[in-house]
This record gives sequence, C-alpha cells and structure tokens, in this order.
Amino acid sequence: MMSSTFDTVANIIAETCDIPREKIQPESHAIDDLGIDSLDFLDIAFAIDKAFGIKLPLEQWTQEVNDGKATTEQYFVLKNLCARIDGLVAAKGA
Amino acid sequence: MRIEYFQLIDRIVDLDLDGRTIRVDAQVPNESTIFEGHFPGHPLMPGVLLIEAMAQTSGWLVIAATKFERMPFLAAVKEAKLRSFVVPGQLLSITAKLMHEGSGFAMTKATVSVAGKPTCESELTLRVMPFPDPRLRANMEEVAARIGFPTEVLANG
Repeated sequence: MMSSTFDTVANIIAETCDIPREKIQPESHAIDDLGIDSLDFLDIAFAIDKAFGIKLPLEQWTQEVNDGKATTEQYFVLKNLCARIDGLVAAKGA
Repeated sequence: MRIEYFQLIDRIVDLDLDGRTIRVDAQVPNESTIFEGHFPGHPLMPGVLLIEAMAQTSGWLVIAATKFERMPFLAAVKEAKLRSFVVPGQLLSITAKLMHEGSGFAMTKATVSVAGKPTCESELTLRVMPFPDPRLRANMEEVAARIGFPTEVLANG
C-alpha cells in the first residue's frame, strides 16, 4: 500500500511541478527539499484528492503548523504525507 | 457592470448547486474611461477584466457552495483563451463549473459567451478562506442582494 501510494504521489509531483522523478524520495520534504510553494501544492493536492478520492485537510494542517501544534515535517515529508493519505483512504472505506 | 469598481457581475441568472454550475449576465458599459485608453479609436474590454469576470462568476459559485461562510480569492489562471474582441455595450453570459472543492481552495472552469458565441474560457484556482474582515462580508452581502444571489441556497442542505 505504502509503496504504491508513494509512487502515485511522486509521479503526481514530478508531472505537476516538472521535478525529475528520481529527485523525489520518501525522505524528501515537499517544501524545503523540492521547493514546492503553497500555490503549486494546490495543484498537487487537487491531483491527490482526485487520485485517491479523498480531501487532504490542508486548512487544518496549516492551522496546526501556524499554531505550533505540528511541524511541516509531519505533513510535507513525503513518507509522512503518504501515511496521511493511506489513513484518509482507510477512513473513507471504514 | 460597475467596471471602475471591479464589480463586473450584474445578475445571477442560474445557480445549480447540485450541478455545481452558475450562469450570470454582465453588461459591458457603453462608456468608461477604461475605453478611452484601451484603446483610442478601438475600444476593447480588457482581457484581464474578462478573466476577472470569470473569476467573479466562479467566486459567487464558491460563496454559494460554502454557504456564504468563505471568501474566494483568485490564485491561478490556466488555459486562458480570449477568442475574439469584446467591445462596449455587449452583454456577456458567463458560466462557471466547480471542478473540485478542496480544503482551502477550489478549481473551476469558466466561459464567456457573447450572443451565444463562446468568446473566452479559462481554468481558475481560487483560494478559499474565512472572510478576513467583517466589512468585506457585509459588502459582499450587499452585492449579493443587488445581483439576485438566491439566498434560498443557504437554507437548503
């Protein structure tokens, strides 16, 4: 599950942001390592929402980061992002 | 159209939340200082204002979809096409369809037609957030009343 989620997300990022696929790793931080800004991330969120049939709770995540309750690593390091996606997909099927 | 105030939409003609579509009318004025500069002897509705009109149409759809709790702001314009000139006095029929309602953003496809002829189109991304100032919300409610925003959509599921 995790590896295919990562492949899907990495392919979306590569295509949406024109980043070489091999540069995108599970440990990559979407913002700090890949240089994706918040506007470009909306295109990624759109594609992820469509691909997985979910709605990434970006507003909630942003609020938590702004309030100091979470770090960007928890949401934007890709392996963590993929775990969140898996969680949302599982919650949808439950 | 109150073109100098950037209030471009005159009337919401149809709003279908189930179908996630909206259609509005916007009357390009016969005279405006904008046309004196753009361009002398060849007055044209500026393309950026046609894109803005599509953004405002999309915005009213998002406001309806979020029950007037959120304010949309234009964030990205893609695949914008301005196929023919729009001149003073023409009536624009503008449509938007909500393609995706994400968390804090929305994506739409919008079109402008003049006399039934497709004239402009674009895909738009809007950031959607709580009204940043109560005065803005109050103003939007005033505009909503003026352009026939169907308040019943706020009451229905």
